[in-house]
Amino acid sequence: MTIAPDTPTPRSPEERIARSVLDARPEHSADSPLSVHAMTVAYHRKPVLWDVDFDAPPSSLITIVGPNGAGKSTFIKACLGLVARASGRVEFWGRPYEEVRARIGYVPQRESVDWDFPVSALDVVAMGRYRRIGWFRRVSRAHKRAAMECLDRVGMSALAHRQISQLSGGQQQRVFLARALAQESDLYFMDEPFAGVDAATERAIVEVLRTLREEGKCVICVHHDLETAREYFDHAVLLNMRVVASGPVDDVLTHENLHRTYGGRLTLLAEASEAVARAARGEGS
Amino acid sequence: MSLIFSMGTQTHDAGFWSQLMEILTFRAGYNTTTVVAGTTLLGIAAGVVGVFAMLRKRALVCDALSHATLPGICIAFLVSDALLGDAKSLPLLLVGAAATGVIGVLCIQAIVRLTRLREDAAIGIVLSVFFGMGMVLLGIVPEIADTPAGGINHFIYGQTAAMRRADAILMGVIALGSVGGAAVALKEFSLVSFDEGFARSIGWRVGLIDLLMMALVVAVTVAGLQAVGLLLVVAMLIVPPAAARFWSERMATVVILSGLIGGLSGFMGSAISAMVADAPAGAVIVLTAGAFFTLSMVAAPRRGVVAAGVRRARLRLQIATDHVLESITEVERGERDPRDARRPGILLLLVLRIRRLVEGPGSRLVLSELGRRRGARVHRNHRLWEQYLISYADVAPSHVDWSVDKVEHVLAGHLVEELEYALIARGVPITADGAHP
Repeated sequence: MTIAPDTPTPRSPEERIARSVLDARPEHSADSPLSVHAMTVAYHRKPVLWDVDFDAPPSSLITIVGPNGAGKSTFIKACLGLVARASGRVEFWGRPYEEVRARIGYVPQRESVDWDFPVSALDVVAMGRYRRIGWFRRVSRAHKRAAMECLDRVGMSALAHRQISQLSGGQQQRVFLARALAQESDLYFMDEPFAGVDAATERAIVEVLRTLREEGKCVICVHHDLETAREYFDHAVLLNMRVVASGPVDDVLTHENLHRTYGGRLTLLAEASEAVARAARGEGS
Repeated sequence: MSLIFSMGTQTHDAGFWSQLMEILTFRAGYNTTTVVAGTTLLGIAAGVVGVFAMLRKRALVCDALSHATLPGICIAFLVSDALLGDAKSLPLLLVGAAATGVIGVLCIQAIVRLTRLREDAAIGIVLSVFFGMGMVLLGIVPEIADTPAGGINHFIYGQTAAMRRADAILMGVIALGSVGGAAVALKEFSLVSFDEGFARSIGWRVGLIDLLMMALVVAVTVAGLQAVGLLLVVAMLIVPPAAARFWSERMATVVILSGLIGGLSGFMGSAISAMVADAPAGAVIVLTAGAFFTLSMVAAPRRGVVAAGVRRARLRLQIATDHVLESITEVERGERDPRDARRPGILLLLVLRIRRLVEGPGSRLVLSELGRRRGARVHRNHRLWEQYLISYADVAPSHVDWSVDKVEHVLAGHLVEELEYALIARGVPITADGAHP
């Protein structure tokens, strides 16, 4: 478990250059699917992530937890180059993103798209094949079959030809997951896949995550339910603008660390999650 | 407008309809045929390209783009006047139009990127400022160039009748380019419009695809300036796609339908305007597209307003039926005072009788076997849901009923099973007629 120091954001270009020289640390191992060095991200000069360092252990399910506005989504987007980094370096298996794109899959937040778009569930999953298909080429039958298999893995093959607005929120989330599976990647970034989904979808997603781990793949998943985080994931990154702690879930999600991340709100939160856990135990007997 | 529409030699006593038929079958003389063919092709191009503008949420950007063409037209007019004297070069004017149009769009992007203003504000600013700039230039052009700037007015309001063979050919080329572009890059345009972030994450250069889409929009807009005018050309890009969207849930079908609706609007609109003296063709074309939109909005199956209304009415009827059946069930079981029983209106009573849910003569309501079963099911679901709210959602028992009323009617079979499962897990006994705490 590592505890990050409190570092101010570099402001001027000079400072940034100076920092990037300082950041020239030794190369991380090529085994790590994701190595983040001193990454800082700012929106409109307001820092969202400060000096984040992180190394993902291979073949593991990693969760990023933290309060609202902690920069969890930004962390994923900055790794994928979807938002600009003010400074820092991100490497995948020791190489820059551009070289290993084909090995990285992405599940954006469900709310980030317009679900009234005139496409079917299968069409969306086929998008996961677009990188292989290339520009200006049709989606072949083989790719459609592959997409269909991915829909099947999330239990959605019966709804393949439904227009996506006619799916429930959980089903839409499963379509997004199937699209990522269609990418056949080795490392997956998932932004709140469990947000607002039904029990069946939650089970389906957990099932898929475990299969991915068995296949030796790595999943980095933004999640906000501390209780299930312990159950579903191996490693946790506790994020609140900077990395408060990272490591095996049971080491990271301690009362002390959670208190550091969530501040005063934790007492209530901890009580609530304890209450839920108690209720769950009482329910079983 | 001294229209060149030569209804000509063959129609001395022809009525309105036979004249219209002649125009629509391209037998109404060379000029009319040119205009009708040109606007049809423009309509097809705008319809196809507009789908992507709409789905990329760029409809209003197109409006700003068309308004921002005016200063460019005026500047090009001055340049053309200085270089070529009286002869105004149409290609030069169109290049000028495209130039400031694109600058306008870039300004919108710059404002959004550099400030905290939202896109709608940026669009409003660019649209009005560029158009204002154009109006000022329009005022001073005659003084500088020493010639009347009358021709420029045509770009504001459109002068379809002035369309020449070369213009119609230009429309044809642009229509071909739009249809070809859509056919080749449907997959690319769709993904970028649907999920830009994902497109970026797989390494696609979204900017390049956007540029291609924007180039098609600019081509259609500039080509449409003369025909429909810069005030209305945006309608050709927005109305047909919006109409087409009502009829299909599939991207390719929407694109084809939109092209058809756009083409038909251009075709019929220009033909109708040829029949009605002094009706500006651009406006008639837009109104025709508007008619297609209205028809689609009202009558389309599934997405249309009527279809949605019918669905809502059905649900209301189902709920009302459920309430009455539940009420009678409760009275029969002695759980409800007969004086509190729900009384169906005449219409609902009729429906209940037609569906054989109640039987027996007179006004006294007796459940049929069918009605009894349905009443029992609704009653049970109601109780299950009520109990669930009390034991899981911590809703106070006194507040349960009003939130229960809607849900119990839409509970599908598997949801009822899950409810039962959850309640059993809580130790709430489940009986044939519901759950009891």
